[in-house]
Amino acid sequence: MLYILQTALELGFLYALIPMALFLSFRILNIADMTTDGCFVLGAAVSVTMAASGHPFLAVPAAMFAGICAGFVTAFLQTRLGVPSILAGIVTNMGLYTINLMVMDWSANVSLLKDDTIFSLFRETGIGGQWYEALLAGFITVLAGVLLVLFLGTRLGLSIRATGDNIDMVRASSINPTFTITVGLCISNSLTALSGAMVGQYQNTADINGGTGIVVIGLACLIIGETVLGRRSVLKGAVAAVVGSIIYRFIYAIVLYTKIMPVQGLRLATAVIVALAIAFPTIKNWAAFQKRKMAARQKGGR
Amino acid sequence: MLDIRSISKTFNPGTVNAKKALSGLSLHLDAGDFVTIIGSNGAGKSTLFNAIAGVFYVDEGTILLDGQNLTFLPEYQRSRMIGRLFQDPLKGTAPGMTIEENLALAYLRSTKGSAPFARISKRDKALFRERLSLLHMGLEDRMKQPVGLLSGGQRQALTLLMATLVPPRLLLLDEHTAALDPATAEKVLELTKTIVAKQKITCLMITHNMKQALELGNRTLMMADGNIVLDVGGEERKNMSVEQLLRRFKEGAGHELDNDRILLS
Ligand SMILES: Nc1ncnc2c1ncn2[C@@H]1O[C@H](COP(=O)(O)OP(=O)(O)O)[C@@H](O)[C@H]1O
Ligand SMILES: [Mg+2]
Repeated sequence: MLYILQTALELGFLYALIPMALFLSFRILNIADMTTDGCFVLGAAVSVTMAASGHPFLAVPAAMFAGICAGFVTAFLQTRLGVPSILAGIVTNMGLYTINLMVMDWSANVSLLKDDTIFSLFRETGIGGQWYEALLAGFITVLAGVLLVLFLGTRLGLSIRATGDNIDMVRASSINPTFTITVGLCISNSLTALSGAMVGQYQNTADINGGTGIVVIGLACLIIGETVLGRRSVLKGAVAAVVGSIIYRFIYAIVLYTKIMPVQGLRLATAVIVALAIAFPTIKNWAAFQKRKMAARQKGGR
Repeated sequence: MLDIRSISKTFNPGTVNAKKALSGLSLHLDAGDFVTIIGSNGAGKSTLFNAIAGVFYVDEGTILLDGQNLTFLPEYQRSRMIGRLFQDPLKGTAPGMTIEENLALAYLRSTKGSAPFARISKRDKALFRERLSLLHMGLEDRMKQPVGLLSGGQRQALTLLMATLVPPRLLLLDEHTAALDPATAEKVLELTKTIVAKQKITCLMITHNMKQALELGNRTLMMADGNIVLDVGGEERKNMSVEQLLRRFKEGAGHELDNDRILLS
């Protein structure tokens, strides 16, 4: 049981950077970035391939850089070429499938057999005992989160936030929205790729289909976190991403352990959670309107 | 200062909806001019402002500001020099960000080359606080609150402050008090007058209040059908009554001023 909870914590930290990336793209910039799935695999592919050739540390920034490139392509499509933002992400995602295969030397998965990973090297230092994986993943994730929050308080960060908050104002105030959207998507995708890079080395493998649906799961995590913590500030948003991710992985572990439903059923449950949470304001308005209609009918007699 | 030379703009050209919103309009402003603009609905007043600010590129003509050719400069680059306020008080501020953060964004304009990673400093905060206190709205004690919590009038006053935090070379006011209740409108207008006078900003202001158009500033333009049909200043303007202004408009435009929101007094 403890082992299951430990794994859940590890996975929670490892995957937390995806809801954090979505916090930036979806919440702050108001863009549903469908690059996420392919970008996650890209991060894993670059990271595992480089670790296999003996560079587990270099693999991490390299994966992040690859993510930046993916984000740049999506941003370029939507800001410069007028491709609708959802489609821009889907198109990039499609292209990434081939790129990812290319990175993995045209095989559907690559594994690390006896190669060093950041995790195996960290274990040798003895820090954290048996919790070393959770510790390292948690450290990297929290560090990325702190840097993100600090960044969003800088001039450039404020400009990015304003772009998602009031584009009219941004256009009238010497900020170039093309630039801010591009920087925002590059950063969010570098976070997604960083998550992929860590997961790849943690599982000692990268799989071409390892990212399917990860954007929806990431949104679910973010929504769970925001439900627990509220969504007033940037800091809360970043913490919500991590907390939500850990809660999600705990739920996953419990389902897996208790077998109350088949684990495959979780995907449907996740999809329903996300759809309901995003539809919530509309449903609330509809309910309020029906209530008013009923009240008016009762008062007016008909 | 501002030199507009026969600019034209047609929306939806080549379709049944084609609309010539500006037709060969020319205008020259001197530094320090405070010009009021009136005109019928659809005369092209807002379109003129949009052309100056670079919301779109004009089809013909050139726009110069202090000798610099703006004609093909993108909007965000022009907004370093040009401040703007719209009728809708929600347009000029980011509701999800705090008052302080909004002001910091406006402050970007001054520090063009400065580090993108600079954070809001203590000195910036002190400056924001001091400027906010000039509004007499108590906003200086609410700097950490999101702007979405403010009233329309407060947001418009804040937008005015943001647009002039770093004095722009040109300030465009598009009926910026029209959506506010009379008392608030009066207050925002007073603030506008004070700030424009103190910083000696060259300013163009669209209004639908005829009396205001004559009282404020040093020159009045009337627009009709995408052009300027009347341009009065100096002594002539000082002695002009609203009736005279309307008569002159009719002579220039060939029809009565029709604007269902026009206020004569
Ligand atoms: N973006 C646009 N697309 C099409 N037509 C427009 C656009 N902007 C303004 N117009 C048209 O141009 C004319 C002038 O509009 P505007 O400048 O807003 O008038 P006003 O003097 O009342 O501010 C109107 O007929 C308006 O419908
Ligand atoms: Mg208008």
